[in-house]
Amino acid sequence: MSKPIVATTSLAGCFGCHMSLLDIDERILDLIELVEFNKSPIDDIKTFTKQCDIGIIEGGCCNSENVHVLKEFRKNCKILISVGECAIMGGLPAMRNNNASISECLEEAYLNCVSVQANDEKIIPNDEELPMILDRVYPCHEIVKIDYFLPGCAPRADLIWNALVALVTGNEMDLPYEVVKFD
Amino acid sequence: MDNKQSRNPEFSNNDNCTCECNDLDAILAKYNNDPTRLMDILIDVQMQCGCVSEKAVKVIAKAINYSSVDVVQTLSFYHFFSQTPTGKYTVYLNDSVVAEMMGRDEIAKTFEEEAGCKFGSVSEDGRIGLFNTSCIGMNDQEPSAIINQRVFTKLTTEKVKKIVRGMKNDYDTEDLIGTEVQSNILKQGPILTKDSNLGEAIKKAVTMSPEDVIEEIKQSNLRGRGGAGFPTAMKWRFCRNAEGEKHYVFCNADEGEPGTFKDRVILTDRPQLLFAGMTIAGYAIGSDEGILYLRYEYKYMEKFLEEVLSKLREEGLLGKDVAGEKGFNFDIRIQFGGGAYICGEESALLESAEGKRGEPRDRPPFPVVKGYLQQPTAVNNVETLCAVAKIMHKGAKWYRSLGTLESTGSKLISVSGDCEKPGVYEVEWGFTVNDILELVGAKNVQAVQVGGPSGNCIASNEFNRKLAYEDLSTGGSLIVIGNERDLLKDIVLNFTEFFIEESCGSCVPCRAMTVQYKNKLEKIIRGNGVADDIDQMLQWENVMKSNRCGLGHTAANPIISTIKNFRELYDAKINEDTDFVSEFDLEAAVAESCKTAGRVPNLGGE
Repeated sequence: MSKPIVATTSLAGCFGCHMSLLDIDERILDLIELVEFNKSPIDDIKTFTKQCDIGIIEGGCCNSENVHVLKEFRKNCKILISVGECAIMGGLPAMRNNNASISECLEEAYLNCVSVQANDEKIIPNDEELPMILDRVYPCHEIVKIDYFLPGCAPRADLIWNALVALVTGNEMDLPYEVVKFD
Repeated sequence: MDNKQSRNPEFSNNDNCTCECNDLDAILAKYNNDPTRLMDILIDVQMQCGCVSEKAVKVIAKAINYSSVDVVQTLSFYHFFSQTPTGKYTVYLNDSVVAEMMGRDEIAKTFEEEAGCKFGSVSEDGRIGLFNTSCIGMNDQEPSAIINQRVFTKLTTEKVKKIVRGMKNDYDTEDLIGTEVQSNILKQGPILTKDSNLGEAIKKAVTMSPEDVIEEIKQSNLRGRGGAGFPTAMKWRFCRNAEGEKHYVFCNADEGEPGTFKDRVILTDRPQLLFAGMTIAGYAIGSDEGILYLRYEYKYMEKFLEEVLSKLREEGLLGKDVAGEKGFNFDIRIQFGGGAYICGEESALLESAEGKRGEPRDRPPFPVVKGYLQQPTAVNNVETLCAVAKIMHKGAKWYRSLGTLESTGSKLISVSGDCEKPGVYEVEWGFTVNDILELVGAKNVQAVQVGGPSGNCIASNEFNRKLAYEDLSTGGSLIVIGNERDLLKDIVLNFTEFFIEESCGSCVPCRAMTVQYKNKLEKIIRGNGVADDIDQMLQWENVMKSNRCGLGHTAANPIISTIKNFRELYDAKINEDTDFVSEFDLEAAVAESCKTAGRVPNLGGE
C-alpha cells in the first residue's frame, strides 16, 4: 500500500503551528516513513501535484488568497484538519473583527497612525497583484467543510503527532492530559 | 455592533445627565445607606432622575461604602436601570413571542415613526425613549408596553399615535390614552374562589403549633407551584430546623417565564390570600419578616398592594401579635426587582434582594439553610402560598380530594396565543391539554408551548397528556400556536434570543452556546443547514447540562424539544445531498476593503 499523502499550509497564521509540528524532533524520521508530503512549506512544493489524503491547515482566512488556497485544499484533500486557534476561531488576527470596520483598520494602518510616514499621496495598497482583504477574519470551517480540529496555540507537537498517527493507522487517538491542557 | 442589544444603554463617559443627581440624600436616608437595599436605592434614583448617572453612582457608592464598580455591577445587570438618560417618557415594548403574534411589529413601527427615534434610542429632544423588553406578563392582552411604570395593553396604531401625541404635550402618564390591565379570570377553581373571611385561616393557624401547621400542609401533599414541584412542607421543615439569627419568608413573584401571568392576576385580584399564606408560612417556620419579591414590570401595582398591607395591619392580621396571638409578630415588605428573568431562580432572587447582581448561587447550602443575608429562608411561589391559606381554611383533607393522587389541588394556567379566550384558568390537576384547548376555544392548533420557553413544545399527538407533576409538569403557562405560524422562525428563534438576552453570563455554555444555537437555527431557517447541524444541536444538549442553574439547563429546550417533536420541520429545511453548505460570499466580503483602497475587486481568479 502506498503511503498516505499529506499537504500543509499556513493561511492567516504565524507559522507557529508548523514550528510545533517540527517540534516532534527525531520523530520526523518516523513521519517520513509514515507519510509522503505534497504541497507544503516543509518540502517547499508550491502547488498540488496529486490528490492528497490529509490537509493540515494553520491560520484562518483574512484575505482572498487564503480563501483560494483553502478551497484548493478542500478540492485536493480527502480530510482537512484545522490546526490551532487561528484556523479554528480566527485567533489573534481576528482581533480586528471586534470593534473596527475594515475601512477603519486600513485607514488607521496606512493613513492615520502616528507611525505612518512618507505616504503623502495617501495611498492604501491597491495593486492588482495583492490579495483583497476580507471584511473580517473567518475561521476555516465557515468557508469549507473541516473534518477535524486540533486546538491549541500552538497545539503541542505531541497532539499533532498523535492525531496524525491515529488518523493514518486508524487507531484510537492517545489524548493524555498534558497534551490537551492549554495553560 | 448588534442592534438587538438595545435594552441596556451603554455606559457613557460623557456625563450628559442634566438633573440634580447630587440630591440623593433623601433616597439614601430612606434606606439608611444600607448596601443590601441597593436595588431600592437604584430604583428610586432611576425613577427620580431617569437614569443612574456616573455622578449618581459616585454619590451612592460613597454613602453605602462601596466602590463605584460595585454599584455599577448591580446597576448594569438589570435592564430597567440605565446609565444614560432614557427619556422623560421611557417606553418598554414587549418583544416576546405572543406580542409578535399579536402584531407587535406594526406597533413598534408606529412608535418609531411618531416618536422620531428608533428602538434602543431616545428622541433628540430627550423626551421619548424607546426600548424592547422581555415578556411583561400581559400575554392575554398584547401588544403591550410599559411607559414610566404604567402598563398599556392591547395597543393599536391609533392608540400609539394618541399616546405619543400625549407625551409630546407633556401629559402625565395617568392622562395618556391607555387601557387598563384586565384580569381575564375565565375559570375559577378552589384557589380563586373568594372566601368571606380570610382572617380565619391565619387565626386557625396560630391556634395550632407551628409543627402542626407544617404537618397539615404535609397532609395536603402541596408541592411548589413555581415549576420544580418541591414539597412545601418539607421545605418549611428544613427551614424551621435550620439555625439562624432570623428566619425569612420570601414570596417569589418574579413571574418572568414568557407566557405566564397568573401571579399578576392573584396579586391584583386576591392579594389578601397571598399575604395570608405568607403570614402562615412565617408562623410555621418561625419568622417575623416576609418579603414579596416583585418583578419591576409589576411596579404599577405597588400603591394598591401597599394599601392592602396597611389594611391588614389595621385589622391586626399583620404587625405585632398577629391575629391576637401574643408573641407572633409578622410583617411584609415589597422588594422590587430591576428586570431580569434569572431572578425567578430562588438563589438569584435572594442575591438580587440583597442588592447584588442576580446570579444564581452555588448549592448547597440551599436557601432554607443559608438564604437571604445568609439566614434560613423559605422561598415560595405566589400560587403555593395562596394554596397554603386555603388549606389552612378548609383543611388538608379537602385539598387532597382535588386533583390527582400525586398532584393534589389545582393549578392556575395562563393561556395565550392563538385562541379565542386567552386568560387565567384554574383547573384541577389532571386536566389534559385537549381539555384546556377546548376551554379556551383553540382551533387548528399546530403546537402548544407548555411551561414557557424553558418548558416543552408539544405536538397534537401529546395533547391527551395530563397536566400533573407525574405527567406534564408546568409552572403555569400554555402558549397556543396555530397552524399558520412558522414554528421555527416565529417561535423557536424568538425563544432562543430570549435566553441569550436573559443569560446572566456566569456559565460559559449558557453565555456562548445559546448564541451558537441561534446561529445554527438561523442557518437552517435560511435553507443552508445540513443533517449534521441537527445532530450537533442535539449533542450540545449535554454541554448545557453543565450550567449552574435552571436557565442554563433549559436554554436549549426550545430547539431541542422542537427537534424531538417537530423533526419534520427541520428535515424539510436541510440539504440532503451535501454535508456542508458554505455561507461565505467572497464578493460581499471584499467589497468594503476594495472600495477603501480604490481598486476593482477581482473575483474571476478561481
